[in-house]
Amino acid sequence: MADQLDLLWPVLIPIMTAALAACFWYNIKAQRIISFIGLVLLFAASVKLTMTVVEHGVIAKQFGGWAPPFGISFVADPLAAALVAITGLLALTVGIFGFYDVRARHERAGFYPLFHGMITGVNGAFLTGDAFNLYVWFEVMLVTSLGLLVISRSREQLDGTIKYGILNLFGTILFLIGLALLYGATGTLNMADLARVLPGMTMTPGLMTAAMLFLAAFAIKAGLFPLFFWLPASYHTATFAVGAIFAGLLTKVGVYATFRTFTLLFLIEGDTLRYVFTFIAAMTMITGVFGAAVQWNIRRILSFHIISQIGYMLMGLAIATPIAWAGAAFYIIHHIIVKANLFLLAGAIRAAGGSDDLRKTGGLLKSHPWLAVLFLIPALSLAGLPPLSGFWAKFLVIDASLRAEYYGLAAVALVVGVLTLFSMMKIWMEAFWKASPVKPSRRRYVPVAFIIPIVMLGAVTMTIGLFAEPFVTFARDAGEVLVDPPLYIAPVFGAEAAAEAGALISGEAIEADIIENGAAEGVEEEVR
Amino acid sequence: MTFLYAAAIAAYSGCGLYLMLSRHVVRIILGLALLTNGAIFLIFFSGRIGSMVPAVIPLGDQELALDAANSLPQALALTAIVIGFALTAFAVALLVAAYKRLDTLDAREMTAAEDMGSPFLPPGGRPEPAVKPAEEPAAAGKKSDEVKTNG
Repeated sequence: MADQLDLLWPVLIPIMTAALAACFWYNIKAQRIISFIGLVLLFAASVKLTMTVVEHGVIAKQFGGWAPPFGISFVADPLAAALVAITGLLALTVGIFGFYDVRARHERAGFYPLFHGMITGVNGAFLTGDAFNLYVWFEVMLVTSLGLLVISRSREQLDGTIKYGILNLFGTILFLIGLALLYGATGTLNMADLARVLPGMTMTPGLMTAAMLFLAAFAIKAGLFPLFFWLPASYHTATFAVGAIFAGLLTKVGVYATFRTFTLLFLIEGDTLRYVFTFIAAMTMITGVFGAAVQWNIRRILSFHIISQIGYMLMGLAIATPIAWAGAAFYIIHHIIVKANLFLLAGAIRAAGGSDDLRKTGGLLKSHPWLAVLFLIPALSLAGLPPLSGFWAKFLVIDASLRAEYYGLAAVALVVGVLTLFSMMKIWMEAFWKASPVKPSRRRYVPVAFIIPIVMLGAVTMTIGLFAEPFVTFARDAGEVLVDPPLYIAPVFGAEAAAEAGALISGEAIEADIIENGAAEGVEEEVR
Repeated sequence: MTFLYAAAIAAYSGCGLYLMLSRHVVRIILGLALLTNGAIFLIFFSGRIGSMVPAVIPLGDQELALDAANSLPQALALTAIVIGFALTAFAVALLVAAYKRLDTLDAREMTAAEDMGSPFLPPGGRPEPAVKPAEEPAAAGKKSDEVKTNG
């Protein structure tokens, strides 16, 4: 029972923090203290959850004492638990960054309640085992992120928020329509129950429509080609702390939902769905990286790179072999840390050089040499250079694509990696290497509150890069649950129901399973 | 009844999508609200419309009558209505604030976010018309063209 409570805290702590902070609306100091305590507790709780999942495997909790398909269930598999842990880490680091970056007027506008509300939505979306509940968490996340995005109420932010808001609202409506169709066809919205029921059903037009609506809705959320355009239109207008947490988490919730849906509910078996995913993944990578090449504003460059990196994750999903999914899980975890760190560094560059527009800044290598080193860690990791975390992430995904004989996809991934390096070098050359175009009137200092989170996230990147083994093992475990839906069903419905569902799934896809597993096992033996 | 209901959903969604294609942001929000309603009707519809008996356990009984209506779509629809209402309210408040600051609700003229750090504008931002008078007639001419062709 104690294990099941672990599942509750990552959602309960931020929502209570948000409520408590809102109670002290006019007492900013109290809000700051409450917020920081909440962040530390959240980090502790999310690490505890991950440890529990590592120890006991997938865990589930039913709310209100209702039997599984009727009540809302929360399920934590290794992927979800890892994402919750990263969310805890990121919330804490951005919280520290916010000590300096969050202005008094942002605090008066309700920064802390909104921030913790958004974390609630993100964690809820990761942990929920109910499709309709996922919709609710999406909306919690959306409305709080709208508030955070427009927190300064500047012209740019209002404009960006309208674009972000309208397209994301449209996405959630598509999701809602998909849910209605799915419910109409199956009579249930519990994900584990759907995973039990759906393999035995024929793919009617209604179900196919639901699947495609889910894909479209999550594609908007995740920023997939061709539905990503809201992202570079809005992310660069946010404050730096908000931009970092958005860049790290929001799109990844969409990616996570795509993974959940297309590994648990609708399986990527036929060639059609595989082809669609392969095409979207390749185009997402390419358009993102080319979009970035033309930009001069650091955060606009980084926004486009979010898109191209999402393509790599989807590439893992498209290949649909166990090692590819493990690689994608590793990629998501690596990318959240690196991308948020780069957005924080954009803030630090702005503080050091006076602008985050590369045309207006420069010469930072001389004035802030350590900042250049701190920038290189996530930048080279994003481009995929060894020995940083990005190298292993790219290696796993590209390796999986070569083994599954997706040579075109692997080629695209490699070329996009080189172009990513080009973009990172552009930032490096312009911001750090070249002489400053304007003579700085005074020496600028980067506040300590900026440096601590950047060092923390950089250290995590280095750790993943240098000691990749436990992380890869963990990603393999995560991939195994994605491959084997009964592992997800068992904690919710019990082992018996899971075995039945397993028989149903394997009966359908027995040939594909043998081929995939056989190939994977052979490959593992080779490695040994 | 089923056909009527499906037709209503189609009408709501169609009108919503049509309004969403507008350049006027208020219309887009109205379109989104209509589309949300269409989705909510669809949720209700997907629970099948058959029984008219409310899903309430009568006084003294222990369990629901067998012919009671399906209560789950009602709960889902209620949740979706509340969320949709809240988001529409937020969106309208956002539009009011945006109108005050941007002086426009035409999507074509809302370029503040796009201009911020745009690679196609000089680093200082969009130049004022007074600074570069030579470009003004060309820009104005282009704009009126756009209105003609698109409007």
